[in-house]
Amino acid sequence: MTVAAIDWGFILIQTVETSLGLEAAVYALAAVGLNIHFGYAGLLNFGQVGFVAAGAYGMGLSVTLWNLNPFLAVLVGMGFATAFALILGLPTLRLRGDYLAIVTIAAAEIIRLLARSTTLGDITRGAEGLHAFIGPFRELNPFDPGVEYGVGPFQVGGNQFFAIVLGWGVTAVALVVIWQLMRSPWGRVVKAIREDEDAARALGKNAYWYKLQALILGGVIGGLAGMVQAVGKATIQPDSFVPAYTFFFWTVLILGGVGRIWSPVVGAMVFWAMLTFFQGTLAALVNEGWIPTALMDPTQVNQIRFMLVGVGLALLMVFRPQGIFGSREEMMLDVR
Amino acid sequence: MRHRRTVQGFPFRLALAGLALVGTALFMVLPALGQSSETVGTRLRYQNEEGNRVPVGGASLSVSTLDGIEIGSGVTDADGAFSTPVPGPAVYAVTIDIGTLPPGIRLREPDRITVEVEVLEGRDGRAIFSLTSGAVEMVEESGGISLRRVAQLTTEGIKLGLFLGMAAIGLSLVFGTTGLVNFAHGEMVTWGMLSAYFFNYFGLAGAFGFMAGWWPPLGDGVNLILAAVLAVLIGGLTGYLMDRWIFRPLRTRGVSLIAQMVVTIGLSILARYVFLFIFGGNLRFFRDYSAQSALQIWIIEITPKDLITVVLSVLILLGVGLFLQRTQTGKAMRAVADNRDLAESSGINVQGVIRTVWIGAGALAGLGGVFIGLAEQLSWLIGFRMLLLIFAGVVLGGLGTAYGALLGCLLVGIGIQLSTLFIPVELKNIGALVVLALVLVVRPQGILGRRERFG
Repeated sequence: MTVAAIDWGFILIQTVETSLGLEAAVYALAAVGLNIHFGYAGLLNFGQVGFVAAGAYGMGLSVTLWNLNPFLAVLVGMGFATAFALILGLPTLRLRGDYLAIVTIAAAEIIRLLARSTTLGDITRGAEGLHAFIGPFRELNPFDPGVEYGVGPFQVGGNQFFAIVLGWGVTAVALVVIWQLMRSPWGRVVKAIREDEDAARALGKNAYWYKLQALILGGVIGGLAGMVQAVGKATIQPDSFVPAYTFFFWTVLILGGVGRIWSPVVGAMVFWAMLTFFQGTLAALVNEGWIPTALMDPTQVNQIRFMLVGVGLALLMVFRPQGIFGSREEMMLDVR
Repeated sequence: MRHRRTVQGFPFRLALAGLALVGTALFMVLPALGQSSETVGTRLRYQNEEGNRVPVGGASLSVSTLDGIEIGSGVTDADGAFSTPVPGPAVYAVTIDIGTLPPGIRLREPDRITVEVEVLEGRDGRAIFSLTSGAVEMVEESGGISLRRVAQLTTEGIKLGLFLGMAAIGLSLVFGTTGLVNFAHGEMVTWGMLSAYFFNYFGLAGAFGFMAGWWPPLGDGVNLILAAVLAVLIGGLTGYLMDRWIFRPLRTRGVSLIAQMVVTIGLSILARYVFLFIFGGNLRFFRDYSAQSALQIWIIEITPKDLITVVLSVLILLGVGLFLQRTQTGKAMRAVADNRDLAESSGINVQGVIRTVWIGAGALAGLGGVFIGLAEQLSWLIGFRMLLLIFAGVVLGGLGTAYGALLGCLLVGIGIQLSTLFIPVELKNIGALVVLALVLVVRPQGILGRRERFG
């Protein structure tokens, strides 16, 4: 077996591209939502991918099923995410934190199973997913699909560029909103509930109601992440919402630092840079014959990625729960 | 620095090292596909719930001319591929024997068991069978509620509930004694199932490629009963190691329960994809007892293996109950679950109790995994799917109580099976999860749980 050289230039370009690209924007946005849940309100949401799916399907179905215009479709998507938050939050937010964790991880999987079931096949198109919704969104695209946008070696087509601009634009707006919210009395109450729910209640604050609002807000932002992803990938497939992705968002959040405004963005960029670099290197090693295919074939490289995130998440949580930006004191939460 | 080295999870590293060897050996011996000038073939795959395309091996196919003269037949290999040379360009009919498809796998269009393929000069013909993993509805009863069907489904439900309960007791006791919800518990179920599979196929030492050819029981697979016992031992060992090397250090470091929960999540993802890496996305079966014809008891049909595993689970669960009720250690466990501080101040060795709970949890989860694998198929993902049902059962029965977990799981199992009287089979697990949410509204402490301060 001949062993060829590895094209490091290509890997580095890919690394930079993904850390600024659509995936990073979507993950940043989803992690911004998770940051409201976990970072500010102390809610253990283990089903953020469910909110992402709810948003995406809400938007997609409004176009394919009800022929709504894109702006209304986005509102419907946000409505779906809100409804999902209410369904999850109303029964569990009065209980200890781990009940929310259990219910969210289950509910996110319910959404995926329902979307890919043949029973709802006429509506959600099963495992194939929705595609036809993309037309109206493409019409909104101010960039020319036939032209490549970018600088130097980093070039993307117009449609992709639109999605990336949209993703980071929405993220920027969400960050400004949260920054202002968390300085407001509302934000202080939410953080007070995270620190000591009993104390907040003793001061006459309705902790349940504040937690529900935080769940909805973070959920809607998660839903927006789903919509950006749908527009960028031009498809909404149930299997792009597997439960493990929730914990990709968690890794992004913890990497950046829980409870800090900028942390999801930095976390997403670092996360994708590391993941792409690792995956690119590993794929090159397999393809160029450095790693025998008997040990690992190219399709298995993706599985290594999940393992890496699993180990990374566990190690981060133990050894650096404050991530890059956070402060350790803010992470001294407990469920009891 | 000691923790830094060990937190990655010794059991999983061991798994990776040992089982990677097996995987390597497996892939090396796969026969290469023969090539000829023109062939007709197919590649059987279906898309599983993770969205991966999973090959279906071991399915029989035959190829004939349109006049009905058989030209070739064969069985799909591990990649789901089958192909046979044909005399020349023509249209051929490829027929699949649906009886040889693994359980749970069926044709999307049940009538299309024969597909016509046109073979052109110098080009291979390829038949496409659209497979799906949806569960098969009971054939003889076309809907409707009959005593027979209710009895059958209740039996299936009790079976499922017992297996779930066996896995759930450990989850519930770990929660009761440490306050930790172990999201990696589902992977402990899969771990038991997969280690039994490897012993069953490769023997005691067969996991190490060079010894695979040794005489049994060292090489060449051991009987499933012995393999199951080994899997239970390994499960217990894994439980011990998880406590000793991961969660005990975390407790002594004062890592919060939320952080520990996220660590279990990390471990669960790691383990799940290590299993996928080694085991592949295929559904598999144990080597022994996989095909059995059902016995008829009154109006209920049950296979001998199911009957035996059901009886065994009842006995084991009774044993666990007796252990908790009568022995010193069992009483200590319940005391710690009831009130940890009080137990500690009355001289109970809390760390020791927690260690025992982890060992028991690992062993029971492993056994549950073997039984589930025997009743259904083996897959890398089954633990996670079961975990969601176990959660439903545990919450229904009362989080943290051993008997509540069992009762809840039995109700969930029966509920899931009986719900198929009214809703499509593919949605049955969703019903269980909806119940989970409803219970939290109506009676958050569960059936046997004690009312705590809730919001």
